Amino acid sequence: MSQVHLQPEPSEPGGQQPTVTTAPVVSAERRFLLSRGNSVNADRFFSWLMLLCGLSIFVIVGLIAFELVVRSELSWHKFGLSFFYRSFTDPYTHVTTFWDPVNQFFGARPFVYGTIVSSLLALIIAVPLAIGVAVFLTEMCPRVLRSPLAFLTELLAAIPSVIYGLWAVFVLVPILREQINPFLIRMLGWTGFFADDNPTGLGYMSAGVILAIMILPIISSLTREVMTAVPHSQREAVLALGATRWEMIRMGVLRNARIGIVGSIILGLGRALGETMAVAMVIGATPEIHRSLLANGSSMATVIANEYAEAVGDMHLSALTEIGLALFIVTIIVNFFAQLLIWAVTRGTPAQAR
Amino acid sequence: MSNGGSNFQSQVRSVTDHMVTALAILATIIVVAPLIAIFGYLVFKGASSLNLDFFTKIPKPVGETGGGMANAILGSAILLGIASVIGIPIGIGGAIYLAEFGRGSKLANSIRFTADVLNGVPSIVMGLAAYSLIVVPKIPFLPFTGHFSAISGGVALGFMMIPTVCRTSEEMLLMVPNSIREAALGLGVPNWRSVLSISVKTASPGIITGCMLAFARVAGETAPLIFTALGNQFWSFSLNQPIAALPLQIYVYALSPYDDWHRLAWGGSLVLIILIVVSVSLVRFVTSRGVLKGNS
Repeated sequence: MSQVHLQPEPSEPGGQQPTVTTAPVVSAERRFLLSRGNSVNADRFFSWLMLLCGLSIFVIVGLIAFELVVRSELSWHKFGLSFFYRSFTDPYTHVTTFWDPVNQFFGARPFVYGTIVSSLLALIIAVPLAIGVAVFLTEMCPRVLRSPLAFLTELLAAIPSVIYGLWAVFVLVPILREQINPFLIRMLGWTGFFADDNPTGLGYMSAGVILAIMILPIISSLTREVMTAVPHSQREAVLALGATRWEMIRMGVLRNARIGIVGSIILGLGRALGETMAVAMVIGATPEIHRSLLANGSSMATVIANEYAEAVGDMHLSALTEIGLALFIVTIIVNFFAQLLIWAVTRGTPAQAR
Repeated sequence: MSNGGSNFQSQVRSVTDHMVTALAILATIIVVAPLIAIFGYLVFKGASSLNLDFFTKIPKPVGETGGGMANAILGSAILLGIASVIGIPIGIGGAIYLAEFGRGSKLANSIRFTADVLNGVPSIVMGLAAYSLIVVPKIPFLPFTGHFSAISGGVALGFMMIPTVCRTSEEMLLMVPNSIREAALGLGVPNWRSVLSISVKTASPGIITGCMLAFARVAGETAPLIFTALGNQFWSFSLNQPIAALPLQIYVYALSPYDDWHRLAWGGSLVLIILIVVSVSLVRFVTSRGVLKGNS
């Protein structure tokens, strides 16, 4: 177990050998050899080439941002920020719509709403489970089971989202429709969040459940990582004071790892916000806002997936691209904070391949 | 603080302790259950629809039974080939910069951070970017621009591979002990040679598995292909034309109303998941048994 990480000095990742831990300082011999080499030009060229490869990551982020801004210009010039909350009432039928490509009316409110609702639902379901799994795997699990269980949860992260969607359409949605939803309607129907008016079983709830299954492994594996980064001395100190195992976990581990855990939750949120295919297959794809969680809806990512290839006219394309731009900015911000928090905790311990 | 009170208290504490243990075990079961359900269902549904036709025939028109996904498998292979040609060299190059040249520098740290952030950008946004970059503009002298094509899909997937390849390879390169590098330099080997033949070679099992991990990740991506590769019901070998892809085909078939297409979707999913599980297990195996042991 790694006990080095809480030192203020940022040591090198992967530092089980002492030689590697001191790596940032290039030794004097090495510098001498590098400067006297007979291939200084080749070396310089090589290092520039590699630097170029590294910089390509900035280039990609820049390109994405540039293209999205340029292609959505039409939409944000015309609507401005009102794009995200405007609505439209038909003068004849008095029906309020938000998104009507045929009549060239575009407002992103139902998609923002759908994204937020399905992601929050996913977090509410996934976070307690993920922390439970992480606690079990790091603190309670017998050694024999630890690695296979960790592997299983990793595998869950590797399943493509379209397969989750396929499974959700044919297995999860029928189960929700036949078993869970009637129960929720009966018990919690009075709150208005579970209305009995959608026989398809598709909707925010289905999207939230499948999203929860999808982001669980991300949250639990990162939580596990930050929990193993808590030094053993902390656990032993709490135990030595006579704490039970749960008190040890609560005071010694969770309290020390809380920043990293919050980071991993935010990272899971980032994934949930941008998840497309599985959600597209189960959310119902209607640009409406409903209070009921069992109603059909749509989300930012899914409306792009559903309509982009068949968009009618420049304005429609531009509006969809603006939704994409908003998604890009939000996920960049969310991931930025998540990475900051996780780095603050796991810096210095070897990161696992995720 | 009296002894009588603490007896009751300690009972409460021990009950809480047991309850939490039970809850944690329950949570683990709840998490593992869908995994087993998904795999069980995939194998059960998928295996029955896999036959020789699946791997050799193209889809039949609606109404006729039979047919396969051969064109989608080929299409996925072509798309992943393009993606690998773009993503793997650039990703490894970036990793070499991060691990060998830029260690500890501000620039390297910000590249590393940006790569992690880029990893979290939704794949649909990558698809939008590739669409705007390649499908929309008609750039002179670049014949593959201006329309849906295999190239545009491959580029979108390749861009997605770069940060993953870069970060996993970097972690592997960082495990190579410095003494080996210095030994190479001490023998008069030029630095670029020492990086390629010593560092990269020593880390190569890890780097290869890192690449496979990235490969497996983009192999199942659907969202970036919807409006770049577009999909195709027929054989297509041209990089300039819309091309079929396995995940895309699964998506279309899953939402279709035909049982026969559902069957094909399950079969395709099984093929895809086998590819992914094999590469992920390989990664696990190599990183735990290799020369450079990860600390995980």
